[in-house]
Amino acid sequence: METSQLPFPGEPVIEVTDLHRRYGSGTTGYHAVRGVDLSVGRGELFALLGTNGAGKTSTMELIEGLAAPTGGRVRVLGHDPYRERATVRPRIGIMLQEGGFPGDLTVAETGRSWAGMTSHARPLDEALELVGLSARRKVRVKQLSGGERRRLDLAMALLGRPEVLFLDEPSTGLDPEARAAVWRLVRELRAQGTTVLLTTHYLEEAEELADRLAIMHGGRVVTTGTVAEVIAGRPSRITFELPEYTGASLPALAGAQVVADGRKITVQTPRLQATLTELLGWADQHRIALGALDARSASLEEAFLAIASEAALEGPPPADTPTAPSARRRLIGLAR
Amino acid sequence: MTTAVVSSAPSGPRSTATRRLLALGRAEAVLLLRNRTALFTALLLPVLLVFGLKNVLDQQAKDNPGLDVDSLLVNGAVGMVLAFVVYYNLTAAYVARRGELVLKRLRTGEARDAEILAGTAVPSVGLALLMCTVIGVAGASVLDLTAPVNPLLLAVGLVLVVGTLMALAAISSAFTRTVESAGITTMPVLLLTQFGSGLFFPLEVMPDRVADVCRLLPTTPAFQLVRVGWFGTDGSAAPTGFAGSWAAAAPHLVTGSVWLALAVWGAVRYFRWEPRR
Repeated sequence: METSQLPFPGEPVIEVTDLHRRYGSGTTGYHAVRGVDLSVGRGELFALLGTNGAGKTSTMELIEGLAAPTGGRVRVLGHDPYRERATVRPRIGIMLQEGGFPGDLTVAETGRSWAGMTSHARPLDEALELVGLSARRKVRVKQLSGGERRRLDLAMALLGRPEVLFLDEPSTGLDPEARAAVWRLVRELRAQGTTVLLTTHYLEEAEELADRLAIMHGGRVVTTGTVAEVIAGRPSRITFELPEYTGASLPALAGAQVVADGRKITVQTPRLQATLTELLGWADQHRIALGALDARSASLEEAFLAIASEAALEGPPPADTPTAPSARRRLIGLAR
Repeated sequence: MTTAVVSSAPSGPRSTATRRLLALGRAEAVLLLRNRTALFTALLLPVLLVFGLKNVLDQQAKDNPGLDVDSLLVNGAVGMVLAFVVYYNLTAAYVARRGELVLKRLRTGEARDAEILAGTAVPSVGLALLMCTVIGVAGASVLDLTAPVNPLLLAVGLVLVVGTLMALAAISSAFTRTVESAGITTMPVLLLTQFGSGLFFPLEVMPDRVADVCRLLPTTPAFQLVRVGWFGTDGSAAPTGFAGSWAAAAPHLVTGSVWLALAVWGAVRYFRWEPRR
């Protein structure tokens, strides 16, 4: 993912232009999606990131065709997913943020009924095998763990061998092992040519899986590109603690920004190696031991946090934002 | 998890409306069988009510000699079964599926909205019609009732009843938060059908003005059609044959169709696919 070039120059499978979604009307209304543009190529894995209430799920629902947009245009496989639902649905698979399977049916009964509503469904055993639920066929859905329920949801989304797969927070609630397995599965699907659009809270997940990503905030796409592109231009970071008596002041460290909090020092630099060399040379020369020394390149997490706080500062939090239905209930849960 | 993403296994057939209805109906039937409360309401409650109905009708027969208690009993029992098994049961089912986000999930698939609502109703409607058949056969053999005068009209009446009750269930579910509260929110329609649509109190024993108002209630015309179809009269005139029954049924056909259309409009307008947050 070093190149900034779009790795999939093929025809766009998902095209979104100036998308708007408004709930309710007047002063009580809430403008959840405010002019989103996206394009996802065939076989590409695209991740939508954002804080809670950023409009990820609202955007997903419009692209999935579950609701009509207030404004703008959506095309999935060349069709309007809302108006031409019957054409689009057989070719896509959708996994919502939460369940939606009756608790009193078993896994197999749930699968059978979904297979009856899915064109050209793969054999149920195969779908359950894919997500590792074969041994749980006869268990009632209400007795499944949260992670198992997520996997059942994924299996149902995969039942029709979809060309385009929509995953809304697919690994939330999964233990690390199950998460790794889901990642493996998603990567394989992508390798077979499935186009995937996913939302996630886990920046690690986006870093691992996504060919490209978009970071949303306040209903808009704030930044988009490959992980490398999003990180590019973000400073690296060095942190350390000075001993009580140094007898020498820090060197100038050209191009870097130094912030001191008591003895704790944070250095932000666009040139990690040069700044670090200079710093370590200085410490060596003055025989100073730098405590808790940590140097890291810009990560998606740092870029994300910086972008989110920048956007929060400059983006005018529009008048009707505080009435967001489920917004801001939790803060974003970071993976690390 | 294995790595059989690409498989050579054959895939299933194309999904059709019929297959989707059957798949949904089958799952819903399993759920009905596993839900004791719903089963009780569907199977036992109507039977208990039929005994109550018999007493009420016998009482009225004392004051109104010539009241055809047997035919009214069969007609009332059919109505009761439909009201509880289709309307009440289905309201609770819609509320339960909405609460579990099942309806929302189903909408992500290939099924159309109307198919989802109809599929959920398959076992309720099937069970109700089965019970009606049992009542009809029992009535014919035990009570020596005549065969239906106009089976076509009877069928049209049943379709109108079932359609109107399904749409009313969809509307009621919109105003019902939990399955438990369905007992209260379904009360108005249930009372109206039992006491105002000629089931417990035949329209012919009511004062004329009251009967006229009751004839205009949502479920009255459809129930009266069933009665005309079977017995050739809604009680306001002497029984007629096949040809004459059409004339007796005409006003009910009109009002019944209007109510069905209104109920369907209301269902489309008010039905909620997701719980309020």
